[in-house]
Amino acid sequence: MAWQSLGVVRALICGAGIAALFATGAAAEEFIAFKIDNNESIANSLTGKPGDPARGREVAINRKQGNCLACHKLPIPEQPFHGEIGPDLSMIGDTYSAGELRLRVVNPKIVNPDTFMPAFYRPYGLHRVMKNFQGKTILTAQQVEDVVAYLTTLK
Amino acid sequence: MRRTVLAAVAASGLIVMLAGTALTEESNWGAYQVNDKRSGYTYAAAETRAIQDDDFENPAMLWVDTGGELWNTVEGEAGKACASCHEDAAETMAEVGATYPVYYEPRGKLINIEQRINLCRTENMKAKAWKWESRELLSMTAFVRNQARGKPVAVKIDGPAAPFYEKGKEFYNQRRGQLDMACKSCHEDNAGNMIRANLLSQGQSNGFPTYRLKWQKVGSLHRRFRGCNKQVRATPYKAGSDEYVNLELFLANRGQGLPVETPAVRN
Ligand code: HEC
Ligand code: HEC
Ligand code: HEC
Repeated sequence: MAWQSLGVVRALICGAGIAALFATGAAAEEFIAFKIDNNESIANSLTGKPGDPARGREVAINRKQGNCLACHKLPIPEQPFHGEIGPDLSMIGDTYSAGELRLRVVNPKIVNPDTFMPAFYRPYGLHRVMKNFQGKTILTAQQVEDVVAYLTTLK
Repeated sequence: MRRTVLAAVAASGLIVMLAGTALTEESNWGAYQVNDKRSGYTYAAAETRAIQDDDFENPAMLWVDTGGELWNTVEGEAGKACASCHEDAAETMAEVGATYPVYYEPRGKLINIEQRINLCRTENMKAKAWKWESRELLSMTAFVRNQARGKPVAVKIDGPAAPFYEKGKEFYNQRRGQLDMACKSCHEDNAGNMIRANLLSQGQSNGFPTYRLKWQKVGSLHRRFRGCNKQVRATPYKAGSDEYVNLELFLANRGQGLPVETPAVRN
């Protein structure tokens, strides 16, 4: 299979999880498949490397990346506007494990199909995506890991 | 030019705001609220509402005035102005702004005000159609719709319009773009919520064409649709496309009963 030679796949797909690999175009990085446990958690780092919480905080602020502040309150006092659509994440590291947080960032629609929150690592099942975003995920695998690392510090 | 404004009816709402009370369901927004339908006016900042309330402050009135001049301007091979056939717009155009888009038999589909104006230009005046978002088309659309200011939106969605209404509804509820959001996600499920620095309104269409402070000019409803599509990273449709005209009918009916506010002022 193609993924073996690419050497980017760290986990096999199984169960009710994701069932395809995506060629994501010249500029985009290769989509990394992952394993979902019981629709509850993605235990392993997508990149095989730990994330960087300081970079994750930046991703959460950046309007072109996570923009988590659009909908969530976070302990980021220097930013004036925090959204009020999703729950306050100030203590979210107490509620969920890293794996549960990873699943919620990668694709919260697995937990709640009707959620307003975008799936940050799911480049398929979408309608009329603009050309320059087609086949691409909102965050890179490393950015997902950085955000997850940041969330785990929120206790 | 009529200079009546809707300000008086919303006076009580305004006083509440001046007293520093946050926007609440209880606020009395007068004509700007009909049951649970609320104009974008009721979500706008007090300063923005004040600009809309005063026709001499409202920069969009320049477009309305230009439209009034064009109304009387002879153009095209037929040697006619709009006024040659329609005479006093205050009378002959009194309902158009509240009742469009409509089903148009010769084309077998819906047309909106912009398209009706251009039909008159090409077929009745033998003049060139105005380009979408041109100063002329925006001005004439604002002028025509302004004649119905204060009238409750009252579109027809039955009969031959019904299938087009259904298509508009489907569009409204369909998630799209990389962010995977429908119009509904923001303007129905989250109206009244802050999305970062923006307060989400119900996304009503009763004030279009609208002067946007961000644009520093008047813009069409379809320009707004394109912007709302692009911000979820969805490929927009062309202004004047059937998809957007169908959506326009759905939106108008969603705000049925709200007063025509054209030209509104928004952030
Ligand atoms: C467009 C709005 C929106 C954006 C942007 C958004 N979220 Fe969410 N998020 C929500 C909503 C709404 C929920 C509530 C859960 C649901 O709808 O099922 C939620 C839930 C969550 C949860 C679970 C909270 C709980 O208590 O169960 C986490 C964790 C989370 N979001 C993290 C993030 C991160 C990290 C980002 C940025 C990378 C982000 N969200 C961006 C809307 C958003
Ligand atoms: C030569 C005569 C003529 C001229 C000039 C003309 N129109 Fe018309 N217009 C008509 C006729 C006839 C109708 C009705 C057509 C129909 O019912 O299908 C109409 C319909 C309309 C309508 C729809 C009215 C309604 O109640 O649905 C609008 C709006 C309109 N015209 C705007 C304009 C504008 C703006 C101009 C100038 C740019 C213009 N017209 C120039 C003859 C004209
Ligand atoms: C990500 C959220 C979001 C989505 C999805 C979205 N919009 Fe908007 N829309 C906004 C924001 C923000 C504004 C400006 C503030 C306001 O009026 O809500 C706005 C404004 C509008 C307005 C102007 C309201 C007024 O009073 O002038 C209309 C009309 C509108 N949207 C229609 C739509 C339609 C139709 C769709 C679907 C094609 C859509 N929007 C999708 C966020 C969104």
